[in-house]
Amino acid sequence: MDVLAGERMITYDARGLVEPDDTVPRVSEIDGDRAVLDAKTLTTRQINLELRWLLYQEGVRDVTVLNPGAKHSLGVGILTRCRITFDGSLGYFGCGLIDGPEIHIKGRVGWSACENMMSGVVTIDSNAGSLTGAAIRGGDLIVKGQVGARTGIDQKGGTIIVLGRAGSMTGFMMQRGRQIFCGDVGPGLGDSMYDGTIYVAGRVKSLGIDCVPGEWNDSDTELIERKFRIYGLGSPPAFQKFVCGKRLYNYDNLEPSERKLVL
Amino acid sequence: MCGIAGIIYRNGDGQHTVGHDMTAMLQSMKHRGPDSTGYALYGPASELVVMRYKLADANDPRDFEFAQRLEHHKADVEARLRMLGAKIHEIEKETGYAYRVTFEYDGELKAITDVVEDVPHAEVLSLGHSLEIVKDLGDAEQVAKQYRLDGFIGTHAIGHVRMATESDVDISGAHPYWAYPFGDVAVVHNGQLTNYFQWKHRLERSGHRFQSECDSEVIAVYLAEKMSEGHSLEDAMRESLEELDGVFTYICVTGDALGVAKDEMAAKPLVLYEADDIVALASEEIAIRAIVDHEIETWDPYEGEVMVWTC
Repeated sequence: MDVLAGERMITYDARGLVEPDDTVPRVSEIDGDRAVLDAKTLTTRQINLELRWLLYQEGVRDVTVLNPGAKHSLGVGILTRCRITFDGSLGYFGCGLIDGPEIHIKGRVGWSACENMMSGVVTIDSNAGSLTGAAIRGGDLIVKGQVGARTGIDQKGGTIIVLGRAGSMTGFMMQRGRQIFCGDVGPGLGDSMYDGTIYVAGRVKSLGIDCVPGEWNDSDTELIERKFRIYGLGSPPAFQKFVCGKRLYNYDNLEPSERKLVL
Repeated sequence: MCGIAGIIYRNGDGQHTVGHDMTAMLQSMKHRGPDSTGYALYGPASELVVMRYKLADANDPRDFEFAQRLEHHKADVEARLRMLGAKIHEIEKETGYAYRVTFEYDGELKAITDVVEDVPHAEVLSLGHSLEIVKDLGDAEQVAKQYRLDGFIGTHAIGHVRMATESDVDISGAHPYWAYPFGDVAVVHNGQLTNYFQWKHRLERSGHRFQSECDSEVIAVYLAEKMSEGHSLEDAMRESLEELDGVFTYICVTGDALGVAKDEMAAKPLVLYEADDIVALASEEIAIRAIVDHEIETWDPYEGEVMVWTC
């Protein structure tokens, strides 16, 4: 279409933010219930559509994605039990909103990996960015390198295990679940946490508001030994335990209008 | 949101396609900021002073006298340079409104800027012996094509894609910022400064000028002021962590160094790749992968970190 004089042709992609291609590329090599997908020349949307096609329609249970190239939002919203291997690094929001898969990422992930995971296992061989495991509700997330800031922010369940160090505000506002850090953690650990447990083997730079040392018991030892055994992480180091001090709990206080009714 | 990127080659021979590399990095982060794109590129250090300036914006209304006025102002800039004793070598018209001029000059750079910027609508974008700042509206490929940056050879570069939040979409509001009146220092920034007005007023009282309403400009001038007091780049950046409030990750470059600083909350992203021959850093790993085509080991710097590399 020619540009009319005095008018600028604006298409839906004027700001370059929309990825229009919505056909499944069907380029994977399928062998029984296994498949290999080379993502080198595919867009984010094509890769995710291909994964859905393989897992939901072709009955594939084990997919290897080659050359993910640190693209954002790969492997999101997978809601079935399966095994996915990313042979490289992912960008932001990798493997978010998943329920069930067992995912192995052989490289690094950017911010907000596994955000809102419901169940499943994600193993990351290298480092992870900030907000790793944000708001997860279940499943296990294992990072073998180091993580950025605010790991497990708003966590509502599941377990996050980090073998390296972690940044500031780790466990910020966590509500349930467990976090296990083998390295040092930054300032503001467990700031404003509601509940849940944080285990740290390294040094803690400072505790956040209302995060206090907890009392160790047998179930803590059992949990850590079991998780280390399942994921082959060797013998666990000695951990300190941190929980919520519950000084910020004001749930029993009635609103002024309600108090009038009761009294 | 904004995206920032930096690249520095460590072997020091100065023969690298930094213009092409930076375009690839910035284009892959277009989604972080589609409003404008800017580059601070370092070519081989020269005896001559290189100045980039603009006399109008891409989206300025073009009235009947626009072209005539531009010619008049351009002649005025040249006359003023000669008046200050500069011996002009070459003037290149990069676009209809932006120019690159090289000249022999051994006086103070501040005098050049003040006198040139006295011409209506003139803004000095960069001044120094190796720094060249190029910024305009549009994405990286558009700007690189417009200013023919693909062939730019040098040692290091930083770049910025902007999503405007607190000031206008125009060249003055685009990054990088040159650290007036210091030659060869530039800054790109991702974030917001909350004590911007305090610092702006403080620096204005000590004689610095601000060309934009953008909070990021204060970082460049702040660092320049500190370095003029005798601080090293790294020390100046460390002090900035205490004295500048807000959320930020910024990259500062000088003639032979590139430094990055991250605020104490680690609120803004940065991914770092360090190899023997190159250090590349960007808001997203995808930008680094635009110039390195194999799997790499990268990591996020932590809160309150300052790092400096030299070429």
